[in-house]
Amino acid sequence: MAKDITLNLISGRTIQQGVAIEGGKEKPLYRTACGIIELDTSDFKKLGVWKNSNVKVTSDYGSVIVKAIETTQGPHPGVGFIPMGPWANSVVNPDTYSTGMPTFKGTPVKVEVAMNEPILLGIELVQKQCGVKSA
Amino acid sequence: MTKTITDVICPFCGTLCDDVEVVVSDDGKKLLEVANACVIGTEKFLHSQAADRVTRPRMHQEDGTWKEVSYDDAVEYTAQMLAKAKKPLMYGWSSTNCEAQSVGNEIAEISRACCDNTAAVCHGTTLIAVQDIGLPTCTLGEVKNRADRVIFWGCNPAHAHPRHMSRYSIFPRGFFTGKGQMSRKLIVVDPRVTDTAKMADVHLQLEQGKDYELLNALRVAFKGEWLPDVVAGIPAEKIREAADMMKSGRFGIIFFGMGVTQSLSKNHNIDEAIAVTKDLNEYTKFSIMPMRGHYNVTGSGEVFAWQFGFPYSVDLTRGFARYNPGDTSSIDLLTRGEVDAMFTIGSDPGAHFPISAVKPIANMPSVCIDPHLTPTSGVSKLHVPVAFNGVETGGNCYRMDNVPIDCRKVVEPPEGMLTDEQFLIKVRDRLKQLKGAA
Repeated sequence: MAKDITLNLISGRTIQQGVAIEGGKEKPLYRTACGIIELDTSDFKKLGVWKNSNVKVTSDYGSVIVKAIETTQGPHPGVGFIPMGPWANSVVNPDTYSTGMPTFKGTPVKVEVAMNEPILLGIELVQKQCGVKSA
Repeated sequence: MTKTITDVICPFCGTLCDDVEVVVSDDGKKLLEVANACVIGTEKFLHSQAADRVTRPRMHQEDGTWKEVSYDDAVEYTAQMLAKAKKPLMYGWSSTNCEAQSVGNEIAEISRACCDNTAAVCHGTTLIAVQDIGLPTCTLGEVKNRADRVIFWGCNPAHAHPRHMSRYSIFPRGFFTGKGQMSRKLIVVDPRVTDTAKMADVHLQLEQGKDYELLNALRVAFKGEWLPDVVAGIPAEKIREAADMMKSGRFGIIFFGMGVTQSLSKNHNIDEAIAVTKDLNEYTKFSIMPMRGHYNVTGSGEVFAWQFGFPYSVDLTRGFARYNPGDTSSIDLLTRGEVDAMFTIGSDPGAHFPISAVKPIANMPSVCIDPHLTPTSGVSKLHVPVAFNGVETGGNCYRMDNVPIDCRKVVEPPEGMLTDEQFLIKVRDRLKQLKGAA
């Protein structure tokens, strides 16, 4: 059992993400849909954590707390998936390599257990990182 | 009595489904039911009826609270912001109609702004590749009626374009594809076993980011030349199987998505995918099409290209249009700290830009024009809610295959709410006064 594991992170759409963005990004459903990381069963074993535990995902560009869930579209050992949204964008590689396009897919990340850390709501997460006060 | 409106256009994804039915109340003020749309489209129509919807512009206060202001105040703030800024960024445009986009372009010209659409984080690299080597493409109608080989490369329509497969690409019975899905072979290329991949005849589960190598290997396989035992994690025999399947069809189509546009190599992945299509035309008929995300991101590219000559990342600061992705593109402008005002419409960079490109937005004068509450509205100084385009107002939109379709208004917006276009016209007229423009 490792204290943390290293994964290749990709982000992308899910149908739950689509429903949540149209239903209201201020709502908890958005966090349920996108404040997650999908892990392969073998990676859960390596990390030694129960499914649906909170984890901290860290890259060279930032870190974020999300819920680790069992992959819905696997197996994909060594690959982590966070649906597109502010949680994924807290850690993705922003470098565009002069194309204008950030590198949303293929960011090396470290995943560690963060059982007691809270997962923020979408708007709250962005406001906090930008230093914007919310009422 | 309720009224049922048929042939409604769904304003969610680039598939722009045109067979939705909605039931509205007798007075046309309430939208009650939605039929035929996917679960996301249905949610979009129904969310317009939410009781907690914000219906008036709001200014963000120092203490984090919001103060309601009039549309006139919002017009004044926006026009003043654009008039004073040296290099404003006008970003978004993909969730509004072409008429509003065109007014926006007038504003951009007067204020000498940088303007960009959501292709910046979507198919921008596709546009670069298309400018490099062209695009042998077709319409979705041709796919429905002719395609017997369908390749989904780095895209997952089961989740992102839920009705694409049932309306055009896999299941429908077309003129030359009378047996529907039985007439078609499906190849999916994806590093995950996506719900689309689960339906495939051949799934190439490549190593993430190795798309260029695999595309190149396919070109080798078409010619029957030597291949290494494994390329991008795929055994050579499986690559040859996929290559033979592609060559043996009568009409093939490659749909591609963010898996290729956002992975390393970016536009060069698409260069190679287009070259694969070109090679396949030596053996049969093949086309290629980007799976555009927002319902009118294609239209935004069309309007930019028609009025400025370039489809996205346009810089008007010198008084004429320049285009140089990497230099004039939104993410780069924001992370380099080059813009001094942010105008967002019909998109959500707060949620969909890397956080390092969002932080600068919070520290400059900013306007977010969006019917929803979003992370962008949450960090902007002014939030202007508007009528839902495609639900509460009509207007022209472009499907992912560049076919223009007029969206329809099906229900009245809440009383006193403006549409995108109405708000932009007011901003344009006020900006003209401030700038002394004719």
